[in-house]
Amino acid sequence: MSKFELSRRTLLQSSAAGLALLSSASLSRLAQAGNLTVGIVYVGPRDDFGWNQAHAVAAAALKDVPGVTVVEEENVPETIAAAKSMESMINLDGANLIFATSFGYYKPFVLDLAAKYPDVEFRHAAPLWTEGDPKNAGSYFGYLDQAHYVDAVAAGLSTTSNKLGFVAAKPIGTVLRNINSFLLGARKVNPDATVQVIFTGEWSMPVREAEAANALVDAGCDVLTCHVDGPKVVIETAESRGVKCCGHNASQAPLAPKGFITGAEYKWETIYKMFAADLAEGEPLPNFTGGGFDVDFVRNTPYGAGATEAAIAAADAARADVTAGKPIFVGPINKQDGTPLLAAGASFDNYEPSLDQTDYLIEGVTGSIT
Amino acid sequence: MGDDPGLMTVLLAMFAGAIRVSTPFLFVSLGEMLTEKSGRINLGLEGTLVFGAMSGYAISYHTGSPWLGVLVAGLCGSLFGALHGYLCKLPKVNDIAIGIAMMLFGTGLAFFFGKPYIQPSAPRLPSISFGTWSDHPAVRQALEINPLFLLGIALAIFLWWALKNTRYGLIIRTTGDSAPAALALGIHVDRVRLLSTMAGGFFAGIGGSFLSLYYPGSWTEGLSSGQGLMAVALVIFARWNPIYCFWAALLFGAAGALGPALQSIGISRGYHFFNAAPYILTLLIMIASTSPRRSLKGAPGELSITK
Amino acid sequence: MAETTEAPGLTVQSGFLSELFDRFRRSAEFVVIPLLALIVSGVLFSIFLLLVGKSPADFFALVWRGGFGTSFSWQNTLVRSAPLIFTALCVAIPARLGLVIIGGEGALVLGGFAAATIAIPMIDWAPAYLLLGVMAIAAMMAGGIWIGIVGALRHYRGVNETIASLLMFYIAVSILNFFVEGALRDPSDPNKPSTKPLGADNMIGVIPGTDVHWGLLIGILLCCALYLLMNRTTFGFAAQIAGGNLRAAQAQGLPVGKLMVISCAIAGACAGLAGFFEVAAIHGKANASLIAGYGFTGILVSFLARHNPLVIVPVAIFLGGIAASGGLVQRRMDLPDATVLVLQGLLFLVILVSETFYGRLSFFRSKGAA
Repeated sequence: MSKFELSRRTLLQSSAAGLALLSSASLSRLAQAGNLTVGIVYVGPRDDFGWNQAHAVAAAALKDVPGVTVVEEENVPETIAAAKSMESMINLDGANLIFATSFGYYKPFVLDLAAKYPDVEFRHAAPLWTEGDPKNAGSYFGYLDQAHYVDAVAAGLSTTSNKLGFVAAKPIGTVLRNINSFLLGARKVNPDATVQVIFTGEWSMPVREAEAANALVDAGCDVLTCHVDGPKVVIETAESRGVKCCGHNASQAPLAPKGFITGAEYKWETIYKMFAADLAEGEPLPNFTGGGFDVDFVRNTPYGAGATEAAIAAADAARADVTAGKPIFVGPINKQDGTPLLAAGASFDNYEPSLDQTDYLIEGVTGSIT
Repeated sequence: MGDDPGLMTVLLAMFAGAIRVSTPFLFVSLGEMLTEKSGRINLGLEGTLVFGAMSGYAISYHTGSPWLGVLVAGLCGSLFGALHGYLCKLPKVNDIAIGIAMMLFGTGLAFFFGKPYIQPSAPRLPSISFGTWSDHPAVRQALEINPLFLLGIALAIFLWWALKNTRYGLIIRTTGDSAPAALALGIHVDRVRLLSTMAGGFFAGIGGSFLSLYYPGSWTEGLSSGQGLMAVALVIFARWNPIYCFWAALLFGAAGALGPALQSIGISRGYHFFNAAPYILTLLIMIASTSPRRSLKGAPGELSITK
Repeated sequence: MAETTEAPGLTVQSGFLSELFDRFRRSAEFVVIPLLALIVSGVLFSIFLLLVGKSPADFFALVWRGGFGTSFSWQNTLVRSAPLIFTALCVAIPARLGLVIIGGEGALVLGGFAAATIAIPMIDWAPAYLLLGVMAIAAMMAGGIWIGIVGALRHYRGVNETIASLLMFYIAVSILNFFVEGALRDPSDPNKPSTKPLGADNMIGVIPGTDVHWGLLIGILLCCALYLLMNRTTFGFAAQIAGGNLRAAQAQGLPVGKLMVISCAIAGACAGLAGFFEVAAIHGKANASLIAGYGFTGILVSFLARHNPLVIVPVAIFLGGIAASGGLVQRRMDLPDATVLVLQGLLFLVILVSETFYGRLSFFRSKGAA
């Protein structure tokens, strides 16, 4: 019974006291019984102006569901500590549902724990769950490259040097996909556009991010965007250098009152609210939830002063196209090394599974992965 | 050479980076130099730097005055210095170990109290434009210079002069070279070291406030990537000479700009090593500039690190 | 002075007893002072908590519960202490020579990297015991050489070991990232650059009946072995002399350089083993998750244990427990994760300051020595 200790205590304090139906393991019934404890694990500080904050703010929606208790832990590294934090939530806080919000938590930690605790549900924020994985695990994810694509349509019409700069953390699949989509968006409206990328090598390394942003501006880029954990520094540097910028992860519009065009944001609250509604209504949580504009999982930051009329019109049109399912990856597209990715006329669906495995940059992007 | 735009870009970026990135190195290394001149080593300046960055940002946010933030960062730094200086005067207490502990303690406190300041935007320090004569935007940007950088240069020159020519300079040097000799002259060795460590902490705190209030100009937990510790290495490299500290700080700043600059002209293979350039450079310089037999020229005789 | 006047022959019996008592009193110093230091840091930290408006009683109750209070908590604690034992040895052994090595994390990273790398060509054919044996040796060699270089630089070039080892940590990280994101990157996981996975069959298992991998036991045995080496052999004795007075040792003809390099190499091999266990028992591959800060916490462990290998074990478990309970404290008391850092820093400072009391508290002094 120790597993439900905390929940029981909160239950006794709450107005829903006396409804303890501990025999049921189903999440929805637990929630209705006022007995569902949700544990959320973050890899960085909850207020980092980026990835973790976006999750934390959105996950607050779960706290409004009656009968649900939320426990949160931040700065949990992707080591055994992650497994133990989740286990600690299960064993000591009586958590029945775990949200693991960092990429590296999934393999091996979430998978191992899902097998070890079959009564606990695990959901992980990356498109990793597949049919063979435990049924009490699952994935939820927003395809941010769609929003970066729309950003780039606006950026492609905002550049005069035709050089766009991209400050990226590490050359991993989702980052590379965002960079590729950013180029495709720019090319869509400006065939001469190129994207120059600088990898900082770390998810959070402010001095190097600022140096990278400065180096890109010095190299002639006049629109900057980024994919790092906390984009604040890149955006502020772009603004102080007098170039335009597009945001990432959360709204950075206030940081660049002159040059901000728009930004690519996850809309985690759609997902967390959906989960919250499922729990409140007694529905099981899906194993795989993913999407982009079509299901309102991603969005663009409201346009800033840096967006021109033409850019706004083109970006709005591009967003409507992507929402309607028009593909982003339309051939001919070559990889950087010249090997063809898509022949002329061919295209990838926006949810093409192989794009999750992106390990290349495409022609038109300068900067290499290694 | 001149018509190779790639090379020029890199050189210009390194020049600009030297000016932008060097200031924290300069302040921390001057502070460390002063402390070491008195015969103590303070490895805790990394913690002081981080706490200075946090407190400076917080004060600037609350009062709207970045300069007040700089001052408070310095004062906090001197408090840490006072604690270090006081603890180290106790017998059998190792100054290197206390430094490591202070690093942990200072960083922990900064992270603990810094949570609410990660998000807000605080007013930042202004810069002075020295590049209006050029129509090259990169040159103009490179010559956007923060007053703290200039202050750092002035401080380096002042310390160089004062250590050589003033009574206080002599007292500090004597204390650092030989505690018995200092005692014989009637100098309060512990007091001199306490004050030197406090002054060193003050400078390190200011160095930290530069990070959060000017470049890169915001407070996050990953703000310092070991600048405070590298500055300690830099002091050895600079042979405890304030003027050399300045040149060494510039060199470190330039090395830090190397990785991104090379990537910006398309050389990105092995960027991890370019990014590690400041560390590799420091190590090589330390290997090249030290010697096992004779003690280093300029090294204070009492310093545990060179004994 | 009174005792010296007594004729030795007359008081054989009582002299023996009083000597025993004296020895007990003197060694009691090594128990009582650290305990007092613990209490003092507890009090100081309580004051800190009160100042920020939190209850110290709650805090310590949660630390107890999260670190030691349940069988799960114990496992959590022990899992976290295993790597700390190894990395603390990396500090403790050179400390006998008066060297302060703070870059053990670099040896851990490279050890794990070497282990995972040497495994790549062997995974498909080698039996698990051979594979793991070769990996462990590679890890020890990589770590040993890495810190051995630090020792050599110190002796032959006079380069300060504290700073050199730290700089070498940064270099080790860039080596790891360069290869893991480049030549040795396994294509199966595009989103977390890693070396080729060992496979579940090749992983080191857990001690039966627990969740704790064998690294803990090996670590404890290693502590015993190194205690004997440092306290019962000529090598250890020579190291002690050199640590006490370098010039005297050199004058006596002790091979100080050799002692330094070997001690550092042993130290590095210990940290390398920590990396091996991270790869072979936790991650199954080498990636950036190896950089988890165990090396830096190991410094604290070693200093708290006053560099005594036998004391390292309980201290590592103590700090492992604090780390294990950190999450619970965060979740229940709404304290930031940095709380643990503040506690660790305070503990570190107080323990270091307590050094000053050894041999100065009159109660512990034998009358004869007074």
